[in-house]
Amino acid sequence: MHRNTDAKRITRRRFLKVAGAGAFAGSTLSILAACQPDTTAQSGNGGEEGGNGGDGGGNGRLNFYNWSDYVAESTIPGFEEETGATVTQDTYASNEELLAKLQAGGTGYDVIVPSDYMVAIMAKSDVIQELDFEKIPNFENVGENFRGLSYDPENRFSVPYQWGTTGILYNQAELGEINSWDLMFDEQYSVQIAMIDDVRETLGVALYRLGYSVNATDPGQLEEAKQMLIEQKPLLRGYFDSTEISPQVANGDILLGHVFSGEGILTALENEGLAYVIPSPAATRWTDNMCIPNGARNPELAHEFINYILAEEPGAELTNYTYYGTPNEAALPLIDEELQEIPEWNPPDEVFERLEVIEDVGEATRDYERIFTEVKSS
Amino acid sequence: MGEKGKGWSLGLAALLGPAAFWLGVFFLLPLLLILAYSFGTSGIYGGLTLGFNPSNYLKVFDPLYLEITVRTLVIAFINTLLCLALGYPLAYFIALRGGRWKTALLILVMVPFWTSLLIRAYAWVVILGGNGIANRTLQFLGITDGPISLIFTPQAVLMGMVYSYLPFMILPLYATLERFDTSLKEAAHDLGAGRWHAFWRVTFPLSMPGVIAGSILVFIPSAGEFVIPNLLGGSQTVLLGNLIQQQFLNARDWAFGSALAVMLAVLLLGAIMFYVRRIGTEKLGGV
Repeated sequence: MHRNTDAKRITRRRFLKVAGAGAFAGSTLSILAACQPDTTAQSGNGGEEGGNGGDGGGNGRLNFYNWSDYVAESTIPGFEEETGATVTQDTYASNEELLAKLQAGGTGYDVIVPSDYMVAIMAKSDVIQELDFEKIPNFENVGENFRGLSYDPENRFSVPYQWGTTGILYNQAELGEINSWDLMFDEQYSVQIAMIDDVRETLGVALYRLGYSVNATDPGQLEEAKQMLIEQKPLLRGYFDSTEISPQVANGDILLGHVFSGEGILTALENEGLAYVIPSPAATRWTDNMCIPNGARNPELAHEFINYILAEEPGAELTNYTYYGTPNEAALPLIDEELQEIPEWNPPDEVFERLEVIEDVGEATRDYERIFTEVKSS
Repeated sequence: MGEKGKGWSLGLAALLGPAAFWLGVFFLLPLLLILAYSFGTSGIYGGLTLGFNPSNYLKVFDPLYLEITVRTLVIAFINTLLCLALGYPLAYFIALRGGRWKTALLILVMVPFWTSLLIRAYAWVVILGGNGIANRTLQFLGITDGPISLIFTPQAVLMGMVYSYLPFMILPLYATLERFDTSLKEAAHDLGAGRWHAFWRVTFPLSMPGVIAGSILVFIPSAGEFVIPNLLGGSQTVLLGNLIQQQFLNARDWAFGSALAVMLAVLLLGAIMFYVRRIGTEKLGGV
């Protein structure tokens, strides 16, 4: 079992290395998301028509719509073996892209993986259905911290998939140990800093630094955050996807990168002298969730899939691949020791308490967008 | 139009039908949809209610968005000029001095199209990066001491655009110059014009159709460019294409995104009409 997961991890590491060598090829095609649906059938026989849908012991087909590189290599084959179903996976690059597709209708996806605030929006827009927890007995494996979160307080629509934080991947050899966001605003490190190209995450850093909530809607607070980011902009290498930032820190192009925990922890393990930190005073904690869209072709199988992910072994395999956090407590003992030893991977309570969840800000979404556009064009 | 004309138009309909259908369904209809969307009202959670809401167009005049519009047009214009300055001599050389290498040289111009733009843009990221070939060469030659910022700057965006769109300028220029009757130039020389004079008075005016076609082919897509500013500009140079993309994919404001798209289309149409009028439509006949 352990050797098995090692092999998988190496595969992902090799992938990241290749991505690093090519600066940052590969994983992020978000820019093209608008014009080129990034479709990859992962299953060997998941043809367009679902050839073996009704074959023998076959249990139909499942259309899984997920973030790219966000499922262990053994997950889908394991599920197919257990159920006889055929799984096809497509990938998307942003929650908004996912929402737009579902709102357009007729996607035929059975399981999707929206992040926290998007679950609330999807429930309000009536594009996802209530789950039948009778069919998800493994929900009992979900830890207390991951139940009844603000975006779905009664867990009617969603079950957590993976979780993580957004922090700093930095060159510890060069900078020593750091524990706040301040260095990302320090002129000394001009052009050696990169921020995530995401409105909420990047505006959030400024809001945290100012002592405000990441969900602030007060125009005065947002204005202050804007000024802080405008001042920071000349110090930046640029705004990128998290997957593009880690290789730049790894190859020495930059010293400080704003990244998601999975990327950060994996890159820090791979490279001597790098570290991932969850900075003070606060940082973002996010949870991606499994949901079933309205109009799913095979809700029965979708429930089975969700239940499968929440089982101990598949849950551990998933996390041993992604390096993100697992909400699945039964899987914890099977997580690689290397990962368990990193406090940032499973932060202690005092750190966990200063993590904030990004919530939908409704009408203010457009104020946020305008501010970010203004910062980027400054 | 008698009976004969009717039969002829039926045949014409059969010939044009498929293309008309294609353009109607996949071009005109989406365009009308965008126009309708641009007067709609976006829901907070995405989606859109149709109606007549001119406020999306008022938002276009927000100084921030106007600044982005002007920046976009300026960059597209500079890009067109640079492509013309670089492309003209090359097209001239291939067409008039290419000899038996003509075909080979033309193929070389087209080779970049064999790989997707995305891959080629990533290649530039590798070449111009901190540890890339460009920086290492500069350091090796002793020109710089350490890595300098060659990428994620507005200059890198412009360079990437010139690189991507140059072939669109060269090919129509080549097509026009290739048909150029060199005896006209000889006649100019015989009548006492120097080389420079002959070029500006004879060759260049006769190649105008190619210049116009090339400029339009370069200017239009560069005004809508959004991939290169992201990849080579580190998302620090916001162009209209990026702004439109953001409205659709992040702000969930399809109505405003559509209004921006309509505005861009109108601006481009206006620019082309102005350009063609100034130079004269009859010159386009040669293309």
